[in-house]
Amino acid sequence: MKVLVPIKRVVDYNVKVRVKADNSGVDLANVKMAMNPFCEIAVEEAVRLKEKGVVTEIIAVTVGSKAAQEQLRTAMALGADRSILVETDQEDVQPLAVAKVLKALVEKESPDLVILGKQAIDGDNSQTGQMLAALTGMPQGTFASEVVVADGKVNVTREVDGGLQTVALDLPAVVTTDLRLNEPRYASLPNIMKAKKKPLETVAPGDLGVDLASSTKTLKVEPPAERQAGIKVASVEELVDKLKNEAKVI
Amino acid sequence: MSSLDYFNDTHRMVRDTTRRFVEQHVLPHVDEWEESGTFPRELYVQAAEAGLLGIGFPEAYGGSGEDVFMMVAYTEEMMRSTSGGLVASLGSLGIGLPPVAKWGSDALKSRIIPPVLKGEKISALAITEPGGGSDVANLRTRAKRDGDHYVVNGSKTFITSGVRADYYTVAVRTGDAGYGGVSLLLIEKGTPGFTVGRNLKKTGWWASDTSELFFEDCRVPVENLIGPENGGFFCIMSNFQMERLNLAVMANMTAQIALEESLRYVQEREAFGRTLSRFQVLRHKLADMATQVDVSREYTYRVAARMAAGEDCIKAVSMAKNMATRTSDFVTWEAVQLFGGMGFMRESVVERLARDNRILSIGGGTYEIMNEVIAKQLGL
Repeated sequence: MKVLVPIKRVVDYNVKVRVKADNSGVDLANVKMAMNPFCEIAVEEAVRLKEKGVVTEIIAVTVGSKAAQEQLRTAMALGADRSILVETDQEDVQPLAVAKVLKALVEKESPDLVILGKQAIDGDNSQTGQMLAALTGMPQGTFASEVVVADGKVNVTREVDGGLQTVALDLPAVVTTDLRLNEPRYASLPNIMKAKKKPLETVAPGDLGVDLASSTKTLKVEPPAERQAGIKVASVEELVDKLKNEAKVI
Repeated sequence: MSSLDYFNDTHRMVRDTTRRFVEQHVLPHVDEWEESGTFPRELYVQAAEAGLLGIGFPEAYGGSGEDVFMMVAYTEEMMRSTSGGLVASLGSLGIGLPPVAKWGSDALKSRIIPPVLKGEKISALAITEPGGGSDVANLRTRAKRDGDHYVVNGSKTFITSGVRADYYTVAVRTGDAGYGGVSLLLIEKGTPGFTVGRNLKKTGWWASDTSELFFEDCRVPVENLIGPENGGFFCIMSNFQMERLNLAVMANMTAQIALEESLRYVQEREAFGRTLSRFQVLRHKLADMATQVDVSREYTYRVAARMAAGEDCIKAVSMAKNMATRTSDFVTWEAVQLFGGMGFMRESVVERLARDNRILSIGGGTYEIMNEVIAKQLGL
């Protein structure tokens, strides 16, 4: 069984980002980059399925610049067998464009399962998995907290508002990973060395017949308003008064 | 971290793995280990499983490859544990094992290196003696040839990992007085006539075990000789180069963490109605600290790059170590001063950094010995 794991290179979660002076976006110059944490969970899940003997091949894929090779190498150090870089210098590729690229790769590679993060921590869009499912007609199990593959089906336990919901999907299927699905491992040094020798294929979006042009345009990026210091109130009456007349929340 | 040029994708992945190792296996316990004066032996196995102990050793013996910037990235991230003692003891193989790997016989290499890199055995280096440390050419521990054994008599002290080590790379006198009579011998724990003294109490590096070693008619097989007989002095001096680079990296990171802690603290702590960061005298102090840390680190990186390219950097690495330890002396002192009373409390990180820092301009070649090396290279 073959698994496709799409991943994304994003600003490291420890970095406090800054908006560029011209408000055109977030400043990425000399900023530490890393694999999106939800993507790490997706890679980990695929590797665990391989260790259980359910999966035979894991293909990591990303859409991004040449620098994103580092994240593909990381995925291979964690256990992916090979990887594909769909190379573009275009910044801020939108989820729909990524989903179209992934659809083309699904047609080319015919994976039984696509496991990807539920969202990336840069755009927080949470759309790519769902769009891929819609474009390919594959069933989807989003926000997975447990994934069990058996008898040609995948049972996905989802974290929903009321509790847990388990859906049974026919393969091939799309699964997006939530935070509590697993705790990702770190790559051991011998595996980092082995990953250097694993195949990394580079293709252009045009080779896959996909145009990455965005249908949306970012006009302005601004940092969130700074939080004001709190105040102490003397009585419940004063609290209610402030909530009602100043904050206007009740 | 600055100087992106020196680190490639592999180095960044090694850095990331080390950082996660520290976050998962060290940081939750580090205060407890510091106070108890040791850390579980199991940590060696965990570090080995991640491949971290193999840095600097050939893959043929279970190593992760010889790569200077891999070691720099590893040491920088290990120092994030805020326990220099843990870094020193866990990393004592970094000074004990290279002589075996470089100059040991094939039989010695294949017997000694793999179990150390697996974390099953601990390696230590033993040079310093109660009668002298820096003056290696005049060491007194005697190894007299008797048939197919050396009979060793003498003692060593201040040996990092001294209590727990299994394999000791020991400098002994096999020949005449002076540097031409020095050899390296691998002496194993349990050899009759070899005893380990108490765990010495120290100013800093609390999580590290440090001890004296005693040899009394200790019979060591001749096949445990590392390198040529009476050729040990060169091996010891050569081994010092990487140790000194590593100590420079440790000093730079000690200063870096003390700086980061200070920057955070001065923006929180208020005095006379404003944060400390609003006082010009303190702002400028922090600017000085940051400048020294940056300059020292960049110079160390440059020396590391030259060493990676195979250049002989005996003068430059001595300068890097002295520059780095002078920087960490200044920065840790000022950090404690900025923290005030809190900086004197064991619950603040800068207190430990200041204590752990003190050894860095002493171990692996003192500040004064470094200056002697530099002066000689200047033709004085």
